[in-house]
Parts: sequence; structure tokens; C-alpha cells
Amino acid sequence: MMRLWLAFALSVAASAAAGQTLRIGLAEDPDILDPTLARTFVGRIVFAGLCDKLFDLDERLNIVPMLATSYSWSADHKALTLKLRQGVTFHDGEKFDAAAVKYNIERHKTMPGSNRRGELAPVESVDVVDPLTARLNLSAPFAPLLAQLTDRAGMMVSPKAAKAAGEKFGAQPVCSGPFRFVERIAQDRIVLERYPGYWNKAAVHFDRIVYLPIVDATVRLANLRAGQLDFIERMAASDVPSMKSDARFKIAKVVEIGYQGITINVGKSDEAKKTALGRDARVREAFELSLDRQGIVDVAMDGEAQVGNQWVAPTSSWYAKNVPMPKRDLAKAKQLLAAAGAPNPTLTLMTPTTSDAQKIAQVVQAMAKEAGFEVKIQSTEFATSLNLADKGQFEAYVLAWSGRADPDGNLFSFHACKQPLNYAGYCDAHTDELIKASRSAASTAERQKLFEQIAAEVVGKARPIVYLFHRHWLWAHTAKLSGFRVVPDGMVRVQGLKLN
Amino acid sequence: MAAVLVSEFQEETPARRALRRLIRRRGALFGLGIVAFFIFVALLAPWLAPYDPLATSWSAVRKAPSALYLFGSDEIGRDVLSRVIWGTRASLLAGVVSVSIALSLGLPVGLLAGYRGGWTDALISRATDAMLACPFLILAIALAAFLGPSLSNAMIAIGISATPIFIRLTRAQVLAAKVEDYVEAARALGNPPLRIALRHILPNVVPPLIVQATLAIAAAVIAEASLSFLGLGQQPPAPSWGSMLNTAKNYVDQAPWMAFWPGLSIFLLVLSFNMLGDGLRDALDPRHR
Amino acid sequence: MARYLLRRLAALVPTLILVSMLVFGLQQLLPGDPATILAGEDQDPNVVAYLRQKLHLDQPLPVRYLYWAGGVLRGDLGESLRVQKPVTELVLEKLPVTVQLASMAMLIAIVIGVTAGVVSAVKKDTAWDYAANVFALWGLSTPNFWLGILLILLFAVRLGWLPASGYVSPFEDLKGNLAAMIMPAFVLGNAFAAVLMRHTRSAMLQVLSADYVRTARAKGLSERVVILKHALRNALVPVITLGALGFGELLGGTVLTESVFTIPGFGKLVVDAVFNRDYQVVQGVVLVTASAYILLNLLADLAYFFVNPRMRG
Repeated sequence: MMRLWLAFALSVAASAAAGQTLRIGLAEDPDILDPTLARTFVGRIVFAGLCDKLFDLDERLNIVPMLATSYSWSADHKALTLKLRQGVTFHDGEKFDAAAVKYNIERHKTMPGSNRRGELAPVESVDVVDPLTARLNLSAPFAPLLAQLTDRAGMMVSPKAAKAAGEKFGAQPVCSGPFRFVERIAQDRIVLERYPGYWNKAAVHFDRIVYLPIVDATVRLANLRAGQLDFIERMAASDVPSMKSDARFKIAKVVEIGYQGITINVGKSDEAKKTALGRDARVREAFELSLDRQGIVDVAMDGEAQVGNQWVAPTSSWYAKNVPMPKRDLAKAKQLLAAAGAPNPTLTLMTPTTSDAQKIAQVVQAMAKEAGFEVKIQSTEFATSLNLADKGQFEAYVLAWSGRADPDGNLFSFHACKQPLNYAGYCDAHTDELIKASRSAASTAERQKLFEQIAAEVVGKARPIVYLFHRHWLWAHTAKLSGFRVVPDGMVRVQGLKLN
Repeated sequence: MAAVLVSEFQEETPARRALRRLIRRRGALFGLGIVAFFIFVALLAPWLAPYDPLATSWSAVRKAPSALYLFGSDEIGRDVLSRVIWGTRASLLAGVVSVSIALSLGLPVGLLAGYRGGWTDALISRATDAMLACPFLILAIALAAFLGPSLSNAMIAIGISATPIFIRLTRAQVLAAKVEDYVEAARALGNPPLRIALRHILPNVVPPLIVQATLAIAAAVIAEASLSFLGLGQQPPAPSWGSMLNTAKNYVDQAPWMAFWPGLSIFLLVLSFNMLGDGLRDALDPRHR
Repeated sequence: MARYLLRRLAALVPTLILVSMLVFGLQQLLPGDPATILAGEDQDPNVVAYLRQKLHLDQPLPVRYLYWAGGVLRGDLGESLRVQKPVTELVLEKLPVTVQLASMAMLIAIVIGVTAGVVSAVKKDTAWDYAANVFALWGLSTPNFWLGILLILLFAVRLGWLPASGYVSPFEDLKGNLAAMIMPAFVLGNAFAAVLMRHTRSAMLQVLSADYVRTARAKGLSERVVILKHALRNALVPVITLGALGFGELLGGTVLTESVFTIPGFGKLVVDAVFNRDYQVVQGVVLVTASAYILLNLLADLAYFFVNPRMRG
């Protein structure tokens, strides 16, 4: 411990002479800092400074080069050839090449406890064509693959360090990003320092980054206001007005790629048959029609969200225009309920104890009541709610999803039969085929057509999930900070950030 | 410790004497008055509250106190005054029920341990020590997480976590009383143990327990608020001061009235129980004149 | 005396074992499958299976207890499955922080509580008495998370005198460390100040009417000398033993304070671990805290034993 303190003190002394430190406030403490084992959203924010990936996303979610400079699909779309960037090194000085890519992909697929297996499932093998060209061979065409390579599945760690550390790699990660790991004190801070050998040196204007997890949003904001942080993520929506009028700070916002919705148990367990909502699709339609989505957003989210009725936002190019958002229609809702023979259905809404979920549930309860629904709010601690959902012991569940760049990431695990996140228990053979086809379709146009068909089924008819809205990612930072790129995936990209 | 004199020639019963001393301490009276006031409010909540505490109003979100909403409105348009009034029930319940649970579990076990001695005592004491060694709040959090977040589960969790204190206190009092002359006399006269325990020892145990119970109620109200802060305890939409504070802390800048009134109420209620408890201790303890 | 000490030490062992069982059992009470929760938002079935195996979840309860207890005896408190760090390392990292917080809180509690207690006893039944009472009591009467947030808003945001949250090691920046710790220490120490006040007051009252004090007064010594030199010294004895116990209580009371002020200590570690179902961390930390508390208990009893002649022999 003394050694760590001493090292830290020395490095602080050294950097105090040199340059600037960027202090970022996170909403949670990240988990393991190993891209293969990592399981949380907030961990990805730290990776944005620590680990470069094969590709990155721009503000419009287009794939842009990072460690790989270009890609090409084979004619049958079962092989992806990547051309790699020259002159890239890992934090320990090792060269980045096709052999490293091979090692990393295989690590993602085979390491015990790896969280990336599902993401790279169709990848069968990796060929080293030459030091700067790698080829991924797939068992079947897989359209979301490129998007996966812009996230943790595409992050490259130093093979030498990974082999040496084994499963303890996360304690001392060695990657290829703009900053390298210095130290981590659990629940206190993660410290990174500038990596002088970074391939995009010109875009890096800091000497250190310190990530500080501060769970309480009020306290996190207080830190920013008091000048102890330069940047915070996930600001509370209710704080936006007061921060807007403060000239010392700037707010950045964008619609997320995830969503907030209510998952309904339609077949996960026998509970589904017990309620009218689980049995009858008409009752679910009535439920949707009883809600005023904009009202929910205005009251529960202080207006900081985009209403939506699908797994992607209406502003997304993947939105299925054939299933537009319905307006609130109490008359039709009551009609449907009468037709289904359940004029006053009761419903237990399992709600995690987070403040957002609680507010949404209360507003939904009040709105649905006007159509005849008796909604009982069952507050459940988040961890417990996940378990109950897994077992199917719920009727309806207020659940959000952080979202993935490719729409498949918001669709497959939720609506394909027996997938781990399919808490609704929805299983329709025809829809399943459509979803599988959308994963291997060759062109965007083809996929879009398939998505429209899936939407017609899932959103228009079955409604295992009633999508409510897509939150705004809300960031706040000191006005002296410039160069922040607003990307819908919620990440804090450090390249280009400058403190004046 | 007030000794119970069996003699009939006493002019004034110890209870009367204690009451007289209590009334003379102004702090305790103040506490008693406030507690009585809150009990009154809790009982008459349906008639005192101007609005339905659960009624939401989209147009009245976070409105400052006015003639319409005397204490202002909260983040989904509910009247804060009505919620504070109804919340009195939850807070008083949280305090009283938890302590009742702790007492009803702790008193008999403590009596048993103190009176029986030997292995029974050793076992109970070790178990009590073990429970007391675990931080109270951790115990309560773990229990509440296990039982599920709700007011009744929070009360059970707090009650169970507070039980060892009462076991220990009762046991200590019993041990002290056991060696008193009148108990020896009663035993020499051939009284059965149960009778000795109930008629002679129990009355000695009660006064310090009353004091501890009063103070424990204060702590239990705070414990409920703390559990609400962590998302356990009384769940929305049902009102409780602790959960109101938990929500209000996110709006302290924009709507300070949301936090001010429940915060003030918790403060007054807990302060009053503390002062009442202190006053009771002074009144019942002959060493304090 | 030696017999008493031996008896107390002998009682220590079964208590510690019971504590370990209680702590372990408590964890198993928590509903749900910890592997599912630790598996994160993707819920990959492979990851869930891997975690189940690591936690020995497929083994019966007593076997799991033995795995853990065996490890503890070897000095291995297990591993945090969320951040992949050994619990022992986490404990060593965070213990100094919480100890510092508890110590500062104790200091504040003593300053406020003992002073208020002395004033209250000496000026009994006057306005000073009630003022001191209320002043010390308000600490017990406000939920400390609420007090903490109010203080942050006042001193950090409005006035900018103190940092809003976070922690800096005293070896790195002593001034920053004290600035960061003063508010949480105050919030934590407030409640205990009330307890100390009560005990100081009652001990002082008892002592002030004792014979030797009357003698001192009769001798013509000034009131101040009487109070400070004779009364206080004797009154402090039970208070000191209480202080030792209180330290143990403060260790437990850091839970909420650390969460609000984001102090990376024990309390915060344990609360997060309960909600993340990071079993090993909770077990390890509670065991350490409980052992510390039991040890402090023993020390307090020994101290009291030395001071109180009636208990000897």
C-alpha cells in the first residue's frame, strides 16, 4: 500500500510540473477493467480512454476507422477482411498486428467468464493474412459484426501482458488507447496517464485522466459546481434548467440508442396466463393506448427524453415507419378491454427502486387508471427484480436497456425465442425467422424491410414490450472544456477534448 | 434504579412519584406534548389532510407554497402538506412497531438469560454479542433487502436488529435485581421461580426498559428514513417522511419545500422522543434529583 | 484478575464463530442468484455458469461455509467478483479511511458531547442545561444523510469553502484530506455527541454530589477547580469506557455518511456490495468490523475492570 501511495505521490509531483488533468465524474463504479470480462455500461466509459478498438462510431453512428483502417466483406459475406493501421503499439511497447487481432478475438471467445462470446458467436476463426491484414471467418453472414467491433468485442489488449497476467489482467490492463493505466482504488478513482506512443497523439491534450465514481446525482453535480470535477455524465434531468442558466457550465445532450419500456410477461412462466394483460394482446394494446407518452416524459423525465414506440428511436434511420406511434386514445382502450371481456384488469407492475423507474410507474399507474386498469406498484430492489424477471415471477416490469449501436443489439436478445434477456417470454416462430434473417441479410435495405415486418408483429400486434421513450444522455462540463463529441452511445471520447 | 417497596405504608406509589418528577422537567413535557401532537395528527389524518396524498396533478408539479398548497407540491404534483400529515402514521408506526417487536422478543429472552444463568445465559449472551457486533444498519439493510422493500418489512428488520439491545438491558437489570434482599427473601419463603420473576423482578426491569424503548423509537424513526434513502422502507406512492426526503434530495435547489417539511417533522418527532426519554430516565432514577 | 481475563478471552472464540455464521447466513438470506446479478446487463448464460462455479453455488450451504471459513483462517477473505480484487486488499485499502473518519468523528463527539454534558450538569435546570441538551440532541434527531446533503449544499456549492465529496490521502495532501473529512466527521460525530453528553451529564451529577466533592468545596477550593480537577476526572471514567464502545459503533455508523460524501471506506464498500450481491465482500467486511467491535468491547471491559475496584476479586 505504501508503495502505491509513494508511486502516486511521485507521479503527482511529476505531472504537476507538466500538464493538465481531466477529472470525470461517473455515475457508478466500473467493474473489471478487462474488455473480455467487462459487464457494465460505465466500464465502457473508462475503456474509451484506455483501450482503442478496431472501429469507432461517429456522431451519426457510422462506422469509422480506428485500429483498423478499412474493411471488406467477401462475396458470400462469410469472411471479413480487415486492414490494420501501421505503427500502433500497446502500452507496454509491443506491436499491434494481425497476430494480436487473432489473439484477442480468440481470447474473447474462449476465456472462462468471457462476456463477449455471444457477441462474436458466428466468428469461427481468424486468419493472419499478413502482419497488417487479418481475416475473420464466419459460420454464417452476420450483419451486426462491424458494430460489435466498435465496442468491447473490438478492443485489443497486449497479447504479451494478457498471457502473463492470465485472469488477473483486469487489475493492471495493458491496452492501446490514448491513456495508459496508472492505478485504481476501488470505489474511489481510476487514474490514467497519457501514453506517449499513441498513434493519434495530436488529438490528446491531457496528461492524466481521473475517473471518479459518485453515485448520487446531486452530489456529483455539486462536485462539478464546486469545481472539483471538469465533466460529469448522467446529470439528473431536473438539474438541467438551473445548469442552463449558469454560464460557467455547458450541457450536452443526445437521444440514447437504448430505451425505457415496460416488459410484460406473455409466456415466460405460468404467471403470464394469470393476468388478462399476459393472456390477451388486446388488453396490451389497450394498456398502450391508455398512456400519454409525452406526458410521462414531461412529468417523470422533466421533458428530457424522446418518445418512442419501438426498440429504436423515431429519429433513427432504422425506425420502422409502417408502425407509427399511436396517440393516447382512452375510448378505443375501453372498447378493446370490453371486447376482451376484462373491463377492469388488475396489474402488478414490478418497479426497481431507482427514482426514474418509480416516477414512471406512478405516472403510468395514474394514466392507466383512466382506462380502467388497476395498477399496483410493487417496488423491488433492482438486483432482486432481475432474478424475479429471470424466473418469470412478474406480470409487468419497468425495465430500461442501455442500447447497442446496431439495432440487432436491441432486438435479438429480447424478442428471439429463449434468449437470456427475453424476460417477456415472447416466442413466435415466424418472428424468430425474420429476426434471424435480419442478422444475416446482406444489405441495409434488406434489413430495413425485415425490421419493418418484425415491427408489424412485435410492436403492432403482440406487444411483449411496451416501449415508452428514449432518454437523453445528459452531460455537463465546465465551459472551459471544448471538443466534446456527442455520440448517442453515451461514451466520453477523450480524443479532441481540450481544457482552455 | 427504582426499588419496589412491598410495604403498604408508602404514602405515594413510585409510579406517582415518577410522574410528579417527570412533570417538573420542562424538556420532557415539551417532548411529551409534541409526541402527543403527532399522535393526534396521525389519528385524525383523513380529516386533517386537505388533499388525497396520492392524488397527482400534472399541472401542479413542484409548485411553491401558496394558499392552494400550504406546504407546496412535489415532483408529480401531490400536496406536500397532506403527505406530511399522512406520513406521520408511517413514521410513528415505524418507530413504535419496530420497538414493540424488539421488546417482545428481547424482554422474555433477557429475563430467561438473567434469571436462569448457567448454560442458557452463556448461549444467549454469546448469540447477543454476535448480533451486537454486526453494525446495526448493515443488519437492517440485509434483512430489509431479504424481505423486500416495504414499510412493514423495514419495521421487522429494524425490530430484529434492535432486539439484542433489549436482551442485554433486561438481562443486566435481572442480574442486579436477583441479588437484592427482597428477592432472596421471596425465594427463602418458597415462592416458585416464575412468580418471583414476574412479581418481583419484572417491575424492577420495566423502568429502564421504558427509557430505552422511548429512545429506541427515536432511533427507529431515523433508521426508517435511512432505509428509505437506500431504496428500502416505505415505497412510493405511499407517503412516509423518510421516502419523501429521499425523493426531495434531488430537488433541493428547485423545490426546497419538498424536503424542508418532512425533514422538520422527522427532526421534531425524534427530538421529542429523545427529550421524553431523557425526562423519563431522570424521573425514574432516584440518583438524579 | 487473570481468571477474569481468561474467561473473557475464552468467550471471544465462540462469539467470533457465531458472528461468522451470522454474517455468512445473512448473505444467503438475500434472495436471488448472485451469479445473475454479477453477470451484468447482457446476462450471458456462459458468464452466469462461470460465476456460479466460482461461488460454489451448486454446493450445499454448510460446504460453502466451510470453504469460506477455511479461507478466513488462512487469511484469505475471498475475492470481490465485481472488481476482481481480493477482499483482504480491499479491506486494507479502506480500513485506514474509515478509521480516520471514525477517529475524527469521535474527537468531534467528545468535544461537543463532553462539554455539553459538563455544562448541562453544572448549570442544571437552567437555560444552559436545556440549550446544551437540545444542542447535543439535534445530532441524534436528524437523519445523517439529510444533514450531509444540506452541509454539502451550503459549504461546498454555495460557499465553496469545502470540497463536495471525495477523498484524498493525508500522505498526499493533508490539508485537502482534512477539508474533505471535516463534514462527514461532523455528521457522524453529532449523533454520538448526544450519547456522550448524556453519560457525561449523569456521571457528573453523580460525582458532584459525592462526599469528596463536598469536602473540596468545604476546603474553599474555587468552583472551577472543583469541577475540573475533581469531579470531571472521576466522571470521565465511565465515559472513557463508553468511548471505546462508541468507536465500534461509529465504525458501523459510517455506512450512510460514506455513501453521501463518497468516502471510499468500509461503510460504502459494504452497502454497494449488498446491493451488488458481492457476497464475499460483505462477509469479509462485516467479519472484520464485528471482530474489531468485539475486541474494543473487551478492551473497554478491561479498562472498566481496572478502574472499578468493586468488580475485582
